[in-house]
Amino acid sequence: MVRVEDLTMVYDEKAGPVLDKVSLSVSEGDIHGIIGRSGAGKSTLVRCLNRLVVPTSGRIEVSGHDITTLSPGATLRSARRDIGMIFQHFSLMSSRTAAGNIALPLEIAGVPKEEIRKRIPVLLDLVGLSNKADAYPVELSGGQKQRVGIARALALDPKVLLSDEATSALDPETTEQILSLLKDINRRLGLTIILITHEMDVVRAIASHVTVLEHGRVVESGPTFDVFAFPKSPVARSFLSSIVAHELPPQVAARLQPEPSGETAPVIRIIFTGDAAEEPVIADLAVKFGIRASILHGRIDYIDERPLGILTLLLPEVGDRLPAVLAHLSSLGLHGEVIGHAVRSSAAGTRRAAS
Amino acid sequence: MLSDLLPPALVALLLDSILQTATMVGVAALLSTLVGLPLGVLLVVTGKGQFLERPALNRVIGTIVNLIRSTPFIILMVAIIPLTRLLAGTTVGTAAAIVPLTIAITPLYARLTEAAMREVDQSLIEAAQAMGATPLQIIWKVLLPEALPGILAGQTVTLVSLVGYSAMAGTVGGGGLGDLGIRFGYQRFMPEVMVAVVIVLVVIVQSIQMAGDWAARTVNHRVARSRDRT
Repeated sequence: MVRVEDLTMVYDEKAGPVLDKVSLSVSEGDIHGIIGRSGAGKSTLVRCLNRLVVPTSGRIEVSGHDITTLSPGATLRSARRDIGMIFQHFSLMSSRTAAGNIALPLEIAGVPKEEIRKRIPVLLDLVGLSNKADAYPVELSGGQKQRVGIARALALDPKVLLSDEATSALDPETTEQILSLLKDINRRLGLTIILITHEMDVVRAIASHVTVLEHGRVVESGPTFDVFAFPKSPVARSFLSSIVAHELPPQVAARLQPEPSGETAPVIRIIFTGDAAEEPVIADLAVKFGIRASILHGRIDYIDERPLGILTLLLPEVGDRLPAVLAHLSSLGLHGEVIGHAVRSSAAGTRRAAS
Repeated sequence: MLSDLLPPALVALLLDSILQTATMVGVAALLSTLVGLPLGVLLVVTGKGQFLERPALNRVIGTIVNLIRSTPFIILMVAIIPLTRLLAGTTVGTAAAIVPLTIAITPLYARLTEAAMREVDQSLIEAAQAMGATPLQIIWKVLLPEALPGILAGQTVTLVSLVGYSAMAGTVGGGGLGDLGIRFGYQRFMPEVMVAVVIVLVVIVQSIQMAGDWAARTVNHRVARSRDRT
């Protein structure tokens, strides 16, 4: 549906490229999140997709249109009608009502007035704003404005919807409503959605695939669950830190040492995915190996409706049975790895001895 | 009431003058809108980073506009007498005054509409482009409607300035209220005529301002209005 090859964009030779050989592909019906910090080039990337920005080099294909070679003019304009777009600050006309704003792309495309009159209520209904047809944007809340923006973007039955930080200006509750509306539209209309965001929460909520962008380069790309469960790049890890416990809280991290010593015990991280998330691992360790593991940190999240758990354990008394423990974990389909060593908690020991 | 203060002949003169001023202002306003609005649009859309960016054209229009705006009206009026004769067939009278008035006010109006259109959020233009709008559609369906409150405010300023300029035009034979005030009030020592002229001008300017404010408010949907109060 969307294919980007070696896309490069240079605004200023001295500042270096904003986009550097970016390649990605999005299949029909996917919701593809593109995440990056501000300045990572994500806004430029999404604007290349409908050629609001003309890239320096590379190829872009959207819904069968070769965007980069289209001659500006009628053919580009008709390609753009297949690509809807919603904006961070909604970009609604203050001089038009909700219905008027939704009518704008239809008027631009030369749809007959009679047809427009029939389309408007359908579109308003789709976004749940049937009673706000005559309201001006100033009379609407942020969430309602974005709903109008979505209805407007869908007016011409696009094949792809581009979302440029569409929820960044909204409060968390409204964000959730808008995201579930997008998800709903994606399911009902089979619409491919590409969303630009700097919030991993947005990706987790609705994206089936995610691409992580840093300094104009793709550092990671794949199904959301895979990237969330096994992030390869430091950027992805730091984006995920608020959502998935890939990084330990500083209090715990401070206790970790890279090398073992006489005083320490190994610290392992177990990543539970899918059905394996329900395995009774701690009990197994105690029963099978006689290890009284202590939990340093742990969390289970649901990504793309699949459970993803990350547990950090300190294993005292494990000794040379560590390889056996790790083998046992992988036989259960769990991903376990030693991430360091920590001094056995003496405080806990003393307390136990005192009681 | 009016006849108690001014002799009937003068009242008739005053009414005539009001009509002449209204003609000068009205026709010049109409012509300057017809020319100034497209100029204002051109100044915006050919500007840097805009969708019809044409730096050379933008500079030429901008320079001409600035040249006319920096020429004092009284000098402009005299300087373009040959053009006035060519267009109006005469250099005195109401019709002749319309030529310099239009030429003097058009650049002002163009700048005011330009400023109003620059206020339109750039992302609206981007949104329209993303919808596949042609440049003309962007101007017609987005830029002008969104800038309308500002354009109407500019129109009000223009009309008020025109009333002032028209009084000046009167002194060089253009007729109208300015002419009446100078010829009777000043040169014939009739202060009551001068007072009457000033009062009429104040009323005209006040009415224009109120009507303009009302119109701009009516088309402005950028601020919330409680509907039961209006």
